[in-house]
Amino acid sequence: MSNFRIALAGNPNTGKSTLFNLLTGLRQHTGNWPGKTVIHAEGALDYKEKHYTLIDLPGTYSLYSNSADEEVARDHIIFERPDVTIVVLDATALERNMNLALQVLEMTSQVIVCINLIDEAKKKGIEINERKLARKLGVPVVKISARNKTGINELLETLDQMADGKIATNPIQVTYSNDIEEKIAQLEPLVQRAVGDAFPARWVALRLLDGDKSFLNALKKRQNGVQKEVAVHGYSACH
Amino acid sequence: MGLSNSIPLSQVKTGEMFQINKIQLEGPLKRRLLDLGFIPGAVVEVLQKSPLGDPVAYRVSNTTIALRKEESLLITGSLIRSEAHE
Ligand SMILES: Nc1nc2c(ncn2[C@@H]2O[C@H](COP(=O)(O)OP(=O)(O)OP(=O)(O)O)[C@@H](O)[C@H]2O)c(=O)[nH]1
Ligand SMILES: [Mg+2]
Repeated sequence: MSNFRIALAGNPNTGKSTLFNLLTGLRQHTGNWPGKTVIHAEGALDYKEKHYTLIDLPGTYSLYSNSADEEVARDHIIFERPDVTIVVLDATALERNMNLALQVLEMTSQVIVCINLIDEAKKKGIEINERKLARKLGVPVVKISARNKTGINELLETLDQMADGKIATNPIQVTYSNDIEEKIAQLEPLVQRAVGDAFPARWVALRLLDGDKSFLNALKKRQNGVQKEVAVHGYSACH
Repeated sequence: MGLSNSIPLSQVKTGEMFQINKIQLEGPLKRRLLDLGFIPGAVVEVLQKSPLGDPVAYRVSNTTIALRKEESLLITGSLIRSEAHE
């Protein structure tokens, strides 16, 4: 049976853990991420001859404000490269949730956007056209209620097909101002030469332009193979 | 352009609505406020002050977020008159 690694990402309180528990049942364990006081939950799921390992990432509004939670989520997506990342969105606060969704879509094309709390949205009279959204975002969009257990089969079907490589995605790319796009174009080939295909070159170029020391430190640590379990302080924003 | 009646979010009272015009910050701290939903144009409702007056809970883009005064001082904009009082 082939094995796939699936990450659940999303804003705080969007129902990631509820979905995680629903999908993995009792087949899960928790611990700490190395060197961080952030809970790490991993679980297993079998569906249609495939074995999945699910990772419940900490909920964050972004991946770039440099809190421990955000570093864990970012590092997981960029270094562990899950086969599929499910971005769980709150159907009642889509505008806010899109920030993180777009950030993830810049990092990987293997994404399923999962709109949760659809029952709450209905109560509030919010209607979501998932086909239109899927066209815009360039990745599959599935509406679910993790609490009422609706839409779960469709989510699993989509996962199955993406794992099989049957879904061609074309994730939306944020276009930046002309001068930033010019700099990205200059940096991208250099990045590619330096790190090869291991990382999305455009995304790394953006981090360089952003002066994202947190990511550069994480990258250096990886490349040196040093597994120092010391958080980098003095730079991250205070919460 | 409305700068004459521009005030910091920290001065807005509980129950009042405020529209953000500018984040008077740069770098990671600005990024953090933007990521929390405090973006120019966004409407913020002041929910409640904690017993000591700091931090304060705000409603922005359908989510409740607490900010400290040193942060809300640097978010400027204008009050929105609520229709209920007119
Ligand atoms: N109505 C409704 N409530 C839900 C749904 N899914 C989750 N919830 C509720 O939303 C709350 C948050 O759920 P969690 O699963 O803890 O959310 P989370 O994304 O893991 O939160 P963090 O780990 O803090 O980021 C809980 O009270 C859930 O019961 C849903 O589909 N519908
Ligand atoms: Mg959780």
